[in-house]
Parts: sequence; C-alpha cells; structure tokens
Amino acid sequence: MPRLFRLILRRLIGSIPVLLIVLVGTFFLLNAASGDAVDAYLGSIGGGDAALAESLRRDYGLDGSPLARLWFYLVRLAQGDMGWSVALNRPIGALIVERLPATLWLMGSATAVSFLAGSALGVVAGRRPGSLADRLLSTGSLALYSVPSFWFGLVLAVVFAVQLRWFPVSGLETLASGKTGLARARDVAWHLALPVAALGMIYLALFLRMMRAGMAEAWRRDFTLAARARGLSDRRITLNHVARNALLPLVTMLGLQAAGMLGGSVVIESIFAIPGFGRLAQEAVAGRDAPLLMGIILTSAGVVVAANLGVDLVYGLLDPRVGSGAGGGND
Amino acid sequence: MIDHISRRLLLGSAAGLLAVSALPHVTYAQAGGKRLIVAADSEPRQLNPAIVASNGVFFIASKVIEPLAEAGYDGLTPLLATGWQGSDDGLSITFTLREGVTWHDGTPFTSADVAFSALEVWKPLQNIGREVFANLDTVETPDPLTAVFRFSRPTPLQLIENALPVVSSVLPRHLYAGTDIRENPANARLVGTGPFTFAEHKPGEYYLLKKNPAYWNRDQPLVDEILYRVLADRAAAASSLEAGEVQLAAFSAVPLVDLARIGAVEGLEVVTKGYEALTYQLIVEINHRNDYLKNLKVRQAIAHAIDRRFVLDAVFLGYAAEATGPVPATATAFHTPDVTLYGFDVEKANALLDEAGFPRGADGTRFGLTLLPAPYFNETRQFGDYLRQALAAVGIDAKIVSNDSAAHQKAVYTDHAFDLAIAPTVFRGDPAISTTILVRSGIPAGVGFSNQGGYANPAIDALIDEALVTLDPARRVALYHDFQKKVTEDLPLINVADWTFTSVASDRLENIAANPRWAVSNWADLGLAD
Repeated sequence: MPRLFRLILRRLIGSIPVLLIVLVGTFFLLNAASGDAVDAYLGSIGGGDAALAESLRRDYGLDGSPLARLWFYLVRLAQGDMGWSVALNRPIGALIVERLPATLWLMGSATAVSFLAGSALGVVAGRRPGSLADRLLSTGSLALYSVPSFWFGLVLAVVFAVQLRWFPVSGLETLASGKTGLARARDVAWHLALPVAALGMIYLALFLRMMRAGMAEAWRRDFTLAARARGLSDRRITLNHVARNALLPLVTMLGLQAAGMLGGSVVIESIFAIPGFGRLAQEAVAGRDAPLLMGIILTSAGVVVAANLGVDLVYGLLDPRVGSGAGGGND
Repeated sequence: MIDHISRRLLLGSAAGLLAVSALPHVTYAQAGGKRLIVAADSEPRQLNPAIVASNGVFFIASKVIEPLAEAGYDGLTPLLATGWQGSDDGLSITFTLREGVTWHDGTPFTSADVAFSALEVWKPLQNIGREVFANLDTVETPDPLTAVFRFSRPTPLQLIENALPVVSSVLPRHLYAGTDIRENPANARLVGTGPFTFAEHKPGEYYLLKKNPAYWNRDQPLVDEILYRVLADRAAAASSLEAGEVQLAAFSAVPLVDLARIGAVEGLEVVTKGYEALTYQLIVEINHRNDYLKNLKVRQAIAHAIDRRFVLDAVFLGYAAEATGPVPATATAFHTPDVTLYGFDVEKANALLDEAGFPRGADGTRFGLTLLPAPYFNETRQFGDYLRQALAAVGIDAKIVSNDSAAHQKAVYTDHAFDLAIAPTVFRGDPAISTTILVRSGIPAGVGFSNQGGYANPAIDALIDEALVTLDPARRVALYHDFQKKVTEDLPLINVADWTFTSVASDRLENIAANPRWAVSNWADLGLAD
C-alpha cells in the first residue's frame, strides 16, 4: 500500500518540526525557573552540602550552559537516547517503556468502550428522534457530559470500591499476585472497570450525542429516501445507510479527542493510583526533571500522532472515497 | 411456565454476576495471608540508608538493613551491636557486635563490615554521617566481633549514641568493597541483616519484602511479607485504608482534616505515638542581611505577633505542641523550659517596632518583606498564609513567594533571596546533629536546612564548639540548656511549633508504635492478627 505508506511517512515528517518547537520551548521554560533537579532532590532528603550538589550536577550533565545542555540532549535524542532521569535515577527510555502500557490500556479500553457503547446507544436514540428512548438517552448523556471525569471517578471509587467493595480502589492488577494468562487478564479487567468507566463516560456521552445528531440528519438525506423508495427494511436502512454515514464524524472526533483522553487519563491515574504516564509526568514535574518531562512530552505527542493516523486509516475503510483517491460527489 | 423460567434465569444470571465479581475478592484475601500492605507515598531514587539517611529511605530500608542500635522509649535497644564503651579521653569507642548474624546472602556479619561502613560510607558519603563522624580516624577490628572507633578529637559518647539509630546502617563489605558505592546495584536491591529480605521493586507499583528465615532473632519477624504499595495521592491512600486494601498508612499519609472521619471507620485506628524521635520543628528562618530583620526588636516583635495557640488549633488541628526554643520538649534529655518566651501580644509587637524606629506610614504599613514558605508540607504553606496576616496586623507587609521544592531550595539556601522563610526542620535526637547547624555562623552557601540567613553570634558559636568536645554528659546537657537560652534571647530564628506524624492502621496490627522511631525501625516484632 504505497499510498498508506506515504501517508504515514508524511505525517511523521510533518510532526518533527512541531515536536522540536515543543521540546525547545519546554526546555527553556523549565530552565527559566530557579533551581533544578539536584535542588529538588536535596530538598527531599533533608539537605546536603554544596560539594555533593556540585558532584551530582556534574554526573547528570546539569552544570553547563542551558544551550550546551539542550544541544547535548538533542544530539543524544537523535541517536535514540532519551537520557537519564535525575529524580528517579534510571534511564528515561526504560521508565517510559515501563509506564506507557498502563496508560495505553486505560486510554484504549476507555476509547473502545465509549465508542462502541456511545455509537450503539446513539443509533437507538437516533433511530426514532423524539421517542421516549431518545429523550431518556439524550437527557442522560447531557448529564453525563456535564460531569467532570475526576469527580465521576471519585464517586465511582467511593461507591463501588470503598462502600460496596465490588471493585478494587486502586492499581492496575493485584500486586505481587503471581497471576498469569487468563487469570491475570481477568484481574486487570476487574481493576480497570472503574477507571475506564470514569474516563470513558464523558466520551460515551459525546459519541452518543454525535451519533444521534448525525442520524437525525441522515434520515432526511436523499440516499435514505432513495433506500426507502427501493423498499428496503427499516433495520437495513438504519444500519447500512443512516448509521454508517452518521459514524464518520465520530471517527474524526476519535482522533481529535486522543490528546484530551491522554490528559484525562493523567487525572484518572492519580485517583486510582495507576502507575502510568500521568503519574510519571507528575513525578517529573515535582522533581524538576527536565529530560524526563521532555521524554514524556515527546512520547505523548507520538501517541496522539499515532492515534490520529489510525483514525485516518479507519476513516478510509469506512468511506472509500478517502482511500481510493476518488473525488467528491455521491457515488 | 415461561415466567417461571425467566425469573429463574434472571436470578441465576444475577447470582453468576455476583459470583464473578466476588471471585477476585477471594483470591485477593488469600494472597494477603500474613502479608502486611503499607501505603508508601513516594519511591526514593536510591534505597541505601547508609548513604542517604532520610525518613523516606528508612521507611523501607530499615526492615532490611539494620543499624548498630535502635532508639527505645528507655534508651537505646541493641541491634547489630550488643554493647559499646567509650574511653575516658573520648578518643575511642569500642563496639561489641552480635554473634551469629549473617547477611541475607549467607555471608557471616563481622567487624570488617562495620569498619568498612563507617570509614568508606558513613563518614565520606552519608548526608548526616559526614558531620557526626567528621573526626573519625580509623576503625580497628581486633576480632570479628569487636570494632574500635578511633577519633582525632575527643568525641562525646552521648552524641554518637544519640546518632546511632540514624547514621549507623551497616552494609555488607563483600558486596561494596572496591566498587563505586554510590552506583552499586545493591543500593536498589538491598542486602542486609534485617528481619526482612528485599524481594522485588516494581516501579510505580510496589516494593515487596519477605521474611528472613535466618534472622538472628529466631522468633522474628512475625509477618511473612510486607508490601509497600506506592500511593502518591493522599486521597487514594485514605480510600485504600477504608476499603481494607491497605493496613497501614504512616507518616501522616492521611491528611489531618481526614483523621476524624477515618478514625471512626470500623477496624481502623489513628495512632499518634511512635514518632517521638522524629520531631519536626516549624521555624521561621530569618535573613539577617535584611536591615529591618537584623534589628533584635523587629525579631522580637515578629515573635510576639504570632499566636501559637491559634496555629496549633487552626493549622495543626491540635496535632502539635507549642515550641519554646530550638530543642523540642520531646527531647527530654536536652530540653529546658527555662528560656525567653514570646507570648502573643500585638500591642507589645507594635511598641517594639515603634521603638526600633520603624513607624507606620500613611497606609499603616511600616515596611515590606518577602516570605517563602517551604513547599514540603500543607502545614508549612498554611502557616505562611497565617504569618502574612499576623505580620499585617503589626504593619509589616509580607509578600508570599510560593515555590516548588527546587526553586525554594535554591532561593533560600543558595541564593539567600528571601527575608523570611518557613522551614520544617527535624530534630534528630541530639542538638549537635541537625539543630546547631541552624544558627552556627560560617555555613557555606548551598547547605540545605542550615543557617543561610547569615546570622553570626560568637557566644552561641563558642557554646556549640564546646559542646562538640565535651565528654561529660551532664556538662554537655548544661551547655545545650545555655544554648537554648541564648538562642531564644537573640532569636536568630523563631520556633513556632513542634509536630510529628500520625499513622492510620488496621486494628489487626499488633505492636505498633513500639519505639519512638517506629515507622523507620525494623518491624521485627510487628504482628498481624487474623
């Protein structure tokens, strides 16, 4: 698929200048503030003398001028080395590889659940606009959409974890349980239930409303009327013609929301103590760990770019006009 | 019939659903067994207590690596050393070591390990040992169970004894000798002699310690595993306790405002004991380079402007004590109440400021200061807000500068870019360890939690120096009484409150708060009832 390959390559190359600007901006912003990672570390252990501070700065390459340090960082980055975390005393690449999966699991599950459930409920609501089901779902989704996910997460934790004890309060799996295979998968799913609900609910509401609006619109379009005239069944018209067309804006939204979802997962990770990217970012900021924070920003940008690319590909599958290179107009 | 079946089906599926949701619960409880799950609010960047003596490191490491002796409510409890004797001239201390102790890898523990740790680690590398062992010359090892510390200047046995729990964590020489000690992999995977062995660290998730079957005290430890669950968020720690997923949260992991609610939860209790030797001091650091603040009357006025009672009630919700001076009342051996006290008296404060020659201007303000509250505790920040108001009442316009820890450290302890700062310093069992440094002159820039305000008082310096080489314990205590009097008279800094931590624990825990450094002691006698 040379076209697909070209699309991916173009996107990747296009994102490089943006990333560079973000990295350099972040670097200078972090440098503009007084103090550095060594100060933060010494504060956390109850102090230390100037000689110790100096030797730590030398070891971590924090003693040169900001420009020299930035150059050093970029040169190493070009070689695929993200550097060493001062706050956590470990290679940044390893930290990211360790923490990213938890966040991707959380984001991925929340996206899947909210997209599938949201669009399905949107079909139900949009099938008969103005019906009781439609009114119930529309009102319910409006309410859900108005609730911030952190608050929703706290309520879920208090009710279902602390009071009812149906779900665990925190973590991604039972710690040091030695579980493997299916048992582990079930354990992870059990732990993910509340955070996924908290993170996904707002998107579920969004997708439901978009799907419903798209369907209400599609019912009035010519191709629907034509399908009716051809005598197709209601069910077939709903699924094959109306819903399929209404789905396209949702897929676009899926990509646009990727960055928001990543931001939201940072908050949810903190509420449910999930050892993911958000927590790592928090630690990087608290420890004034510039290279770690830059590694996190770089990877987050990569995740958002990848999510958008994925969406474009799916869009191509749903709407063949995008993939085939054919021009506009109804086929 | 159809109705009947569908109802049965419905009930059946509901039961099935319940069973599925209950299932992981059962496995969870089984995995618990004699596993104690503890909330940990952070992950230290390295875990070796012989290099970094700090509560965050001790909290985990003290169960694996032991010091020569631990603090007890009635003096020291012997651990790796069973006895110690100082020479009359103060130039040597002889430690007798415990017999039959082995490292977690099976190697026997000997005096060579102690000599190595003292000379190669505590003295040159440790943040607190550098001060305490500054005059340590050599450590002789006449036999495997005797270590003789020789000092270049007379060193009070009292000081070394008080420092032992904090500075004397012993490392296995056979794993460290000839390596880069700071970078040794054993700093992350600890090998010690303690009741628990280091099993696993999953970053961001947990530390797992397991029972040491070959511990020198054959009856201990009483629990099989300790799992430290990393819960950076305080609300997560509180809800994990309530849900029964965590059995202990130490170091005030549950905020003071939540204690009343959590304490009322069945099966949980709030414990305020067990931290007596970890007293924190809320102090106002003063930059004596400031023309207003170098005037004693201004410092006295500030001390009078602070309503300590209000601070205890509103900021600490009663979980603190009024400070009288640089040595907290919990340090019974050293504390004296016979010092200059500064009661809350706004009128007197105003009069002092008038006398000092700083009358109120047209807007009611006498002068302005910058105020930097340390970001480490909620209480230091809240006290900052209070102090600003208290100073405004006497015509001093304090501008609060809120920094993160990196910027705060640099501003106060390196750049001296502050007028007043609020610090949570720690009293570590002996005034010589971490208290006199707050007022001693000539401390170079960059030393955190030290006299960076440029205060210099030859009389106080002389007292500090004399106490450092005074061998007679009674005379030494008398010198420190004098020290407290002089500091409260001249106010190089203002002591406001002394406080320490609280724990929230399951009532199944046995033997909690068994010593005054309990959270950072080895937990060998800690039990968990079924």
